[in-house]
Amino acid sequence: MAVDPVSRGTERGAISLEQRPDPLTGKLYAVPWWLLAVMGVLIWAWYFIFSEMSYRDAFEFIIQGIWITVVTTLSAYGIAMVIGLVMGLGRVSRNVVFRNIARFYVEVVRGIPMLVLIFYVAFVAVVDFAGLLGLDGRDIPMNIRAIIALAITYGAFSAEIFRAGIQSIGSGQMEAARSLGMSYGQAMRYIILPQAIRNVLPALANDFVAMLKDSSLVSVLAVRDITQVARLHAGSTFRFRESYTILAVLYLSMTLLLSAGVQLLERRLHVGHK
Amino acid sequence: MSATNDTIIEVKELHKHFGKVKALCGVSVSVARGSVVVIVGPSGSGKSTLLRCINHLEVETAGEVWVDGQRLNEKNKNINEIRAEIGMVFQLFNLFPHLTALQNIVLAQHIVRGRSKEEAEQVARQQLQRVGISEKADVYPGQLSGGQQQRVAIARALAMNPKIMLFDEPTSALDPEMIKEVLDVMLDLAKEGMTMVVVTHEMGFARAAADRAIFMDQGLIVEEGTPDQLFIQPVQERTKLFLSQILKH
Repeated sequence: MAVDPVSRGTERGAISLEQRPDPLTGKLYAVPWWLLAVMGVLIWAWYFIFSEMSYRDAFEFIIQGIWITVVTTLSAYGIAMVIGLVMGLGRVSRNVVFRNIARFYVEVVRGIPMLVLIFYVAFVAVVDFAGLLGLDGRDIPMNIRAIIALAITYGAFSAEIFRAGIQSIGSGQMEAARSLGMSYGQAMRYIILPQAIRNVLPALANDFVAMLKDSSLVSVLAVRDITQVARLHAGSTFRFRESYTILAVLYLSMTLLLSAGVQLLERRLHVGHK
Repeated sequence: MSATNDTIIEVKELHKHFGKVKALCGVSVSVARGSVVVIVGPSGSGKSTLLRCINHLEVETAGEVWVDGQRLNEKNKNINEIRAEIGMVFQLFNLFPHLTALQNIVLAQHIVRGRSKEEAEQVARQQLQRVGISEKADVYPGQLSGGQQQRVAIARALAMNPKIMLFDEPTSALDPEMIKEVLDVMLDLAKEGMTMVVVTHEMGFARAAADRAIFMDQGLIVEEGTPDQLFIQPVQERTKLFLSQILKH
């Protein structure tokens, strides 16, 4: 192996690693201690939840919100994917109007804090839009408004992911498709998007994990997700430690499981590409 | 290779600018139906741009391109129909990596030509056989050699039953031992009377198959004639210089 002059500086470090005398130390070095620590904390926390009366009471109360959390996350994510795909196509479109609308949407949404955007969408945009359709904005339940707000926010994030995915496909693919007589739309649908989406699948999946966490923000709209229910429990019983420990443990357990899923997905895609 | 007076491609005073770069500065070419034209020239001479203007992958800055009696222009709504009549083969093959060789050939027949899946598949298998790799039908492009990929790409273009085939340096990205298998397919095609415009530096192919050779430099046609005239007795100094450079090796 030729020695790259740039990496020569790190050579000494590499040798000292190899010279580690104790093979046991080497093995200990490779253990994912952080993961063991997280698992340890989680096991300890779950043990507590089911052995301590005060924790179990809190858990049974807070878990009532899990359905709202899951439904909010799933539906907001689904809508965000549709918005993201459409706006991502807009970002790369040659149509001036479409392209600028997409850019406007993405820049505005990304320039506003998510919390502020949730307030704005829920209390202003949805009400105004309902007014345009001749409805009374107050009739639209907060759960729905929360889902719309999250979807609009995450639509902008995923639009950028889709855009990056589309741009990651070489121009030769579009040219080959067009030279066969396909329209732009056909080339997108059959040639570009299948490859682009495959490339960004891990990024989209990561957004799902992020969405699960950010769904906790809907508690500011008094939507009874696990965060809101935990706040209620803490407020009425003054058991802050129990309530918020359980809340954190719930989120952490869900996100760790999902992240493991994302990693599995990444590995499978990687193998598939060969 | 009976070249008739029937013109299928007519390029008139074509200009193409990329910002400040002038890729084409007034090129006129006409190609007779059934004839084979080879374009040579140094890189940056505009030969690929000329080829890409013929199926409107590049839109001309000024001038006209006529294909089979139809003028190509930006407002042309039926550009997709015209393109379906013009097969194009690229230097880097540009096969669709997420589709098998067979699917690569079936897709456009099905969604552009409107052929049924069964019919398109039958045509695809015939074309694969013609280019000599029928056993690779269900293989993905990533598992094919460069020469095989390029042959699938030719089969994909031929399956549309085009009236014209454009080749943009089809063998430049290939390992030397694979060049022949692609050129053989192209030679057969020329013998069958396909109208072909080929950008290539393969002198052997040009002399065996081409009716006419064109030398381009700096966005202009410097010299044209039969391959033997152009390659053996060039008149222009620039042509001589270019030929001496590529024949040195």
